[in-house]
Amino acid sequence: MSINRREFLKIAGISTILAIGGMSATNVLKRNWLDASQVLPDPKALIGKKWAMVVNMTKFKTEYDYKRVINACHRIHNVPDIGNPKREIKWIWEETFEHAFPGQEHEYMGENIKHQPFLVLCNHCDNPACVRVCPTKATYKRSDGIVMMDMHRCIGCRFCMAACPFGARSFNWINPRPFIKEENKEFPTRMKGVVEKCTFCYERLAKGLKPACVEESNGGLIFGDLEDPESDVRKVLHSSYTIRRKPELGTQPKVYYIIT
Amino acid sequence: MLETALKGSRKYWGLIIFLLAIISAGFISYLYQFRIGLGITGMSRDVSWGFYIGQFTFLVGVAAAAVMVVLPYYLHNYKKYGRIAVIAEFLAIPSVIMCMLFIFVDMGQPLRVLNVLLHPTPNSVMFFDMVVLSGYLILNILCGWTVLGAERKGMPPPAWIKPFIYIAIAWAPSIHIVTAFLYAGLPGRHLWLTAIMAARFLASAFSSGPSLIIILCLIVRRFTNFDPGKEAIQTLGKTVTYAMIINVLFLGFEFFTAFYSTIPGHMHPFDYLYTGMEGYGKLVPMMWISNILAVVALALLINPATRRNEGTLAVAAVATFFSLWIDKGFGLVVGGFVPNPFERITEYWPTVPEALITLGVWGVGFLVLTILYKVAVSVKEEVVYDKYGERQVKLFK
Amino acid sequence: MYNGWKIIIGIIIFAALVTAPFLLSGGKVVAKPDPKIDTPEIQKLPENERKCVESKEFMKTEHMKLLNDWRDSVVREGNRIYIGAGGKNYDMSLQNTCMKCHSNKKKFCDECHNYAAVKPYCWDCHIEPKEKET
Repeated sequence: MSINRREFLKIAGISTILAIGGMSATNVLKRNWLDASQVLPDPKALIGKKWAMVVNMTKFKTEYDYKRVINACHRIHNVPDIGNPKREIKWIWEETFEHAFPGQEHEYMGENIKHQPFLVLCNHCDNPACVRVCPTKATYKRSDGIVMMDMHRCIGCRFCMAACPFGARSFNWINPRPFIKEENKEFPTRMKGVVEKCTFCYERLAKGLKPACVEESNGGLIFGDLEDPESDVRKVLHSSYTIRRKPELGTQPKVYYIIT
Repeated sequence: MLETALKGSRKYWGLIIFLLAIISAGFISYLYQFRIGLGITGMSRDVSWGFYIGQFTFLVGVAAAAVMVVLPYYLHNYKKYGRIAVIAEFLAIPSVIMCMLFIFVDMGQPLRVLNVLLHPTPNSVMFFDMVVLSGYLILNILCGWTVLGAERKGMPPPAWIKPFIYIAIAWAPSIHIVTAFLYAGLPGRHLWLTAIMAARFLASAFSSGPSLIIILCLIVRRFTNFDPGKEAIQTLGKTVTYAMIINVLFLGFEFFTAFYSTIPGHMHPFDYLYTGMEGYGKLVPMMWISNILAVVALALLINPATRRNEGTLAVAAVATFFSLWIDKGFGLVVGGFVPNPFERITEYWPTVPEALITLGVWGVGFLVLTILYKVAVSVKEEVVYDKYGERQVKLFK
Repeated sequence: MYNGWKIIIGIIIFAALVTAPFLLSGGKVVAKPDPKIDTPEIQKLPENERKCVESKEFMKTEHMKLLNDWRDSVVREGNRIYIGAGGKNYDMSLQNTCMKCHSNKKKFCDECHNYAAVKPYCWDCHIEPKEKET
């Protein structure tokens, strides 16, 4: 039996493709987990089903009230201060009423309300558009309702930034490291090319602590579980009039605002 | 057949070297971007997609437009397209390659690109887009190459290729519909949140793509012995005419919905793009150039005398192509981000390295196109007569 | 030979390319890596606690998989406690657990990674311990 050159090349080509394909397939499949039973959650962790936040604006009176909260977050999470608004990164920040709630302002509104700064952050939507569009599950909703970012997996496509109607997401256009004044050695920084945002301090919840902003807010920020009728947030939402940003878009934001 | 791409005139090699030079400039700029990050572009926290994604969106349309030739030929047995079916398919290949490259250069972490496959996410339109684009690339290489190979041997195409051709015909619109869904399903981006987004995309694709095919046919006829056929070019002209009319109508529908309803969110992006807003109006001249080109193109296309004249048809094709290139490759993407979710305005304009990278990707596309067309034209020149026994090579040089 | 000189030039170029890595590094002897685990932090520990989360042999070959699993477990599942080989509990954290003992990244991590020419990008985000320049 003899084969001509053409057939030989065909067989060689096909077997090479099969071999490479098969090898990579088995490599992917056997990314073997070490025994998964070896891991546990921290027994001190705060467990919730639907974490949410109420921002009580009546408690924010001076510039310092805002700065204290913002700095607490940005300092412990190594959020860089880049200075250039086109490149900036922010997890929680101030926007005036007319910009935080566009369409809600009207021309006869007092300047003090129109220009009152509001604290804005990721709304940890119950129906998050960013999670729906992410092609790698780098951003995803945890079982406790937190919309998380896995910076290890993010490919930097920025589809989530286009999808988020709240402008909550920041992209690392450049290496953020040189712009971090004082590194918190307990928390990682980010690298260029990934998207980041508020994570409701998942790393603190895991150790039994409330989010850093809540801790620093002197009661201005209330944090709790919407599924727990006895939680602080549920009590406040029951007794006070609260609004949310852009509820008409159906993303079900879980950050509520008390205005007066 | 690929060996025919290795033998060519001085002009052919000159073009190849020119394209390689452009690609090198783009590649060097990309290395710079790779090291520093996407901060070297004009994009920002507010306008987080720019030129790259715009080019991608536009080129998906060009790729999909091959179906405007392949469908009449294979489904309706429109014989005049027999010669240029491969020209259309071979345009789709570099277009899809450019689409993929534009996505790649737009990624913040390009080395993690395989995460899309390692963690497949069917609810993400981006994931679907990647699947349909890869599929379309493979289908076009397969169909174009096989049919051309058969033509070279003077045989009818093998029977097994038929189902792939039919699949490719159905597949072509799908790539553009899925790309439209990237935009049309996002809450809070009013310019994009429109049910006719996919329809608009198809209309603009079926005018810009065939326009480019017309231009390419004229260039091929000018510089080689292969004649794509006068009637084929005329029929393409009709396709462009109808598609362009529909495209402009669709844009008009958008204007009506926004400005008759007077819902601020719907009006704002149009205000920004066509008149400028709060003193910001970097894109206004571009958008008006696009509008003027569209009017010129339509005037030349609708008037039968200017459409039949190949000179004016060429002008119309160029006008259509650039009008839609601005509209889709620039305005549509940037306009979606302005004003931002806080109703503040951040403007966007590409930087020099960003433009060089963009040019480099186009260079890659044109290089692939040149090579594929060299192969196709060499085969055509070799066999002299098309499938239907008509001469497809010019009588004298 | 038909087109002989073309073939010969082709063979020469091919041979040069294939052997380039060997020729270019030819003669240079790269020192065998010698990772150190003698940090002051480890020295301070009592003898019976001088153990890693898993055995030395396991860590040598499997640390990358372990770290991958830790990452997914902490970030994606919210499980932060790892029960080590000796039944002891550890906080799964590269920055706050591993590097607290192995505070000598240069001698502990880079030594082998450089030798094997692998460049894990852990340290683009995770902050490496401060080390004195040696």
